[in-house]
Amino acid sequence: MNNKNTLVDFFTRLGINTNTFFAFLGGLSRLSTQTLYFAFTPPFKKERVFEQAKKAGFDSLPIVSMVALFIGFIFALQTAYFMQRMGSEIYIASLVALSLVRELGPVITALVVAGRVGAAITAELGSMQVTEQIDALETLATNPIKYLVVPRFLALTLMLPLLTLYADAVGIFGSWAICTQKLGISSSLYINVTREAVKYKDVFTGLIKTVFFGMIISLVSCYEGFNVEGGAEGVGRATTRSVVLSFIMIIAADCFFTALFYFIFP
Amino acid sequence: MIEIKNLYKTFRDNKVLNGTDLKIEKGITCVIIGRSGCGKSVLLKHIMGILHPDSGRVTVEGKEVSGLDDKELNELRMKMGMVFQGGALFDSLSVGENVGFGLIEHTSMGKREILERVEEALSLVGLSGIESLTPAQLSGGMRKRVALARALCIKPEIILYDEPTTGVDPITADSINDLIKELHDKLKVTSIAVTHDMKSAYKIADKIAMLYQGRIIAEGTADEIQNSDNPVVHQFINGLARGPITETINGFTL
Repeated sequence: MNNKNTLVDFFTRLGINTNTFFAFLGGLSRLSTQTLYFAFTPPFKKERVFEQAKKAGFDSLPIVSMVALFIGFIFALQTAYFMQRMGSEIYIASLVALSLVRELGPVITALVVAGRVGAAITAELGSMQVTEQIDALETLATNPIKYLVVPRFLALTLMLPLLTLYADAVGIFGSWAICTQKLGISSSLYINVTREAVKYKDVFTGLIKTVFFGMIISLVSCYEGFNVEGGAEGVGRATTRSVVLSFIMIIAADCFFTALFYFIFP
Repeated sequence: MIEIKNLYKTFRDNKVLNGTDLKIEKGITCVIIGRSGCGKSVLLKHIMGILHPDSGRVTVEGKEVSGLDDKELNELRMKMGMVFQGGALFDSLSVGENVGFGLIEHTSMGKREILERVEEALSLVGLSGIESLTPAQLSGGMRKRVALARALCIKPEIILYDEPTTGVDPITADSINDLIKELHDKLKVTSIAVTHDMKSAYKIADKIAMLYQGRIIAEGTADEIQNSDNPVVHQFINGLARGPITETINGFTL
C-alpha cells in the first residue's frame, strides 16, 4: 500500500514538473516572440536602452574585471604546474588565450552577469508585479513588454559581447602578469605567442555565443519577474529560479554552440 | 455608459465572477461593495481591459473592451484613469514623472506644457510642489493622492478607484472621500470605486452595487442599500459577524 502511494506520488510530481517545464518553455517562447516584435516596432526610445546598458554593462565592469583577472592568474598558475614539468612554459600563453577567448571569457562573463544583472531584473520586475505597477503601466496605455523587456533585452544582447571582450583582455593580462613576473617568460615573447595563437574566428565564435547568452539572461529574468506570485517571498523564489534557470540555459546553449562551431569552423 | 453583461472569470478553480451584470450611467459615481477577495478589483481590471473575461462582455461607451485591438484599447485607456489600492507609483520615477507619465509617453506635448499639467493635477489633489520627490518619500495617503493626480493628468472621462481609503488613517480617508466627491462635481467624470468601507461608500456614491459570490445581488442609492431587506446586504453594511455570509463560508446554506 505504502509502495503504491509512493509510486503515485512520484508520477504525480513528475507530471506536475513536466507540465511546469513545458509551461515555462511556452511562456518564454511567447515572451521572446513579443519582445522581438516590439523591438522592431516604433516608437524607439533609445534613452531607455542606454540606461539599461549602463546598468548591465558599465556597472558590471568592476566585478567582471575582478573575476577575469583572478581567472587569468589561476589559469596561468594551474597550467604552469603541468607545463613546467614538460619544459614548455611558453605554451601557457597560447593555452590561456585560446581557452579564455573561446570558452572561459564568454561563459564566466555570462554567469557573472546572470547573477548580478539577471537577479536584479527579476527582483525589480517582480516587485513591480506584486505592487501592481505593471498593471498601472497597462492602464496608462503602455505595453509592459515594450517598456520594460525590450530595453533590457537590447541592452544585455549588446553589452554582453562587449563585456566578454573586456573580460578576455583582462584575463590575458592576468596570465601575462603571472608569466612575466613569476615564471620568467619575457613580455614580448608572451605577447607574440598569444597573437599567433588567437585567430579572428576564435574571438568571433566566443562573441557570437554571448549574444545568445544575453538574450537568455534578459528573457528568463523578465519572464520570472512578470510571473511572480505571492508577495516578497514570491519575489525571492522567482529571483533564485531566474538565476538557476539562466545558469542551466547558458551552459546548455554553450554546449550546443561549441558543438556547432566545432563542425562549422573545424 | 459602462455595461457589464453576464461576466464570468475563473482563476484556477476559483470562480471569481459568476455572471456579473451591472450598468453604470455616464457622469455618476458608482461604488461596488463586497468582502475582501470577492472579485471587486477583478471587475475593475476587466473594465480597464487588463483582464479578459472567460465569457460575457464589458462595454465602455458602446465599445466591447475585450474585442478591441491594441491601438483601440490604448485609445480607450487614455480616456480612463485608474487609482490602485497601494498607488502603484513607479518607484524608479519621481512624483512629477509619475504624474506626467501618460502625457510623456503618448502625446507630443512639450516639456513645459507637461510640467504645467503635472502642477495642475498635483494642485487638484492638494499636493503642489512635490514633483521632485520619489514615491519612497511619500506617506500612504500622499501616495494615493499622487496616484489620483496621475490618473487625472490625462484628463480622463472615467476614473476607477480600487479601495481608495484602505490603509490610511480615518482623517486621511475622509479627505480622500471629499477629494473624490469634489473632483466628480468639478470635472463631471464617471467614477467607479470598489471598497468595503461603508462610510466612504455612503459619502461618495450616487449608486451602490453589492458584489457577492460573483454576482451583483443588490443595487441602488445609498438610502436604498441602507434600507435593503436582503440579509446578505444587511449583514455586510452593518458589519455583523453572524449572518448568511459567514454561515455560507462555514459550510451552511442560506
